[in-house]
Amino acid sequence: MANKEELYEIIYEALEDINSTLPKNKQIKNDPSEILFGSEGKLDSLGLVNLIVQLENLIDDKYDKSITIADEKAMSEHRSPFRSIDSLAEYAVTLLNTED
Amino acid sequence: MDNKKVMMITGTRKGIGYYLSEYYLDRGWFVAGCSREMSDLKHPNYFHFECDVANEAKVKQFFKETKKRFGRIDALVNNAGIASMNHILLTPLSTMERIFKTNVFGSFIFCREAGKVMQKQKFGRIINFATVATPLKLEGEAAYASSKAAIESLTQIMAREFAEFGITVNAIGPTPIETDLIKSVPKEKMAALINRQSIKRLGEFRDVSNVIDFLIQPESDFITGQTIFLGGVQ
Repeated sequence: MANKEELYEIIYEALEDINSTLPKNKQIKNDPSEILFGSEGKLDSLGLVNLIVQLENLIDDKYDKSITIADEKAMSEHRSPFRSIDSLAEYAVTLLNTED
Repeated sequence: MDNKKVMMITGTRKGIGYYLSEYYLDRGWFVAGCSREMSDLKHPNYFHFECDVANEAKVKQFFKETKKRFGRIDALVNNAGIASMNHILLTPLSTMERIFKTNVFGSFIFCREAGKVMQKQKFGRIINFATVATPLKLEGEAAYASSKAAIESLTQIMAREFAEFGITVNAIGPTPIETDLIKSVPKEKMAALINRQSIKRLGEFRDVSNVIDFLIQPESDFITGQTIFLGGVQ
C-alpha cells in the first residue's frame, strides 16, 4: 500500500526537473501546502502536463504500476486534485491503492 | 553509449516494417520492433516484443522493456496498419472498428508513450503512416482512407503540442507498394490507381526509407506536422 509521505517524496523528485525550468520567483517548494495549479498556482498548463508525466513515470518505476493521473475523473472532480502538492499526493495514493 | 541511436518500429514481422528494421540495423541503429506474432529477425541490436498495437497495457510494457534494454528512444516509426476494401454499404461496423483500432488508436498510444520518453530526452522524431488513398479519395477504401485521414490530423496537432519538447511529428503517405496490404486488390484497380499518380509506378521499400532518412536526420529539426506523399500525389 502506498502512503502519502512516499508520494510527497516522489512529487518532490518530479519537481526537481520542473523547478530547473522555472524562474526564481516561481520555484515550487517541497511543502505539501504549496499551490501548484489554479489562480494562485505556480505552474501553467504545460508545466502541469510535465509534472504529471514525470510523476507517472516515477510511480511506474517505484511501484511497477502504470496509473493515469489526468483522466476524466480527475478533470471533473469538484476539488481539483492538481491544486496542491497535498491534494495531488492524496489523489495518486487513491489511484495506486485502488487500480489493478 | 552516447552515440547509440534507438528506433522503435511497429509491425516489423513482415513487409515494410521488416525491411525498415533490417535497413536501420544495417546503419547502426538499435531497433525495438513489435508485431502480434513472433519475428524471425535475428540481430544482436534487435529486440522484438509481441503485442497488439491497440492493447494499451501491452504497449506500455513494450516501452518499459525498450527503455530497460536500450535506455532511450530517438525515433518512432508507426508502421503497423491494416486495410480493408469494400463499398460502404457492405462494410460492417466491426471492420470499421478493427481498422480504427489498429491504425488510429494504435498510432495514438505509441505516439503518446513515445512523447513521454522523448519529452524527457528533449529530442525525438515520430513518423506516422498516412496513405495516398486519402487525398485520392478512393472508392472502396472509406474505412482505410478515413482512418489514415485521422492519422494526418493527429500528426498535425501532435506536431504543435510536441514542438517545445524538441520532438518532430511527421507522416509519410506511400503509394501502393508490393506487400500483403494490397495483395487482394484487383490488377485493373491497381493500374487505375497508379495512373492517378504523377509518377506512375508502384512504390518501393526504398522510397519509404528515403523519406524516413530525411525526416530523422538532425538537420530536419525545423520540419514538423507534414505529410509527405510519394509518387507526386497531392
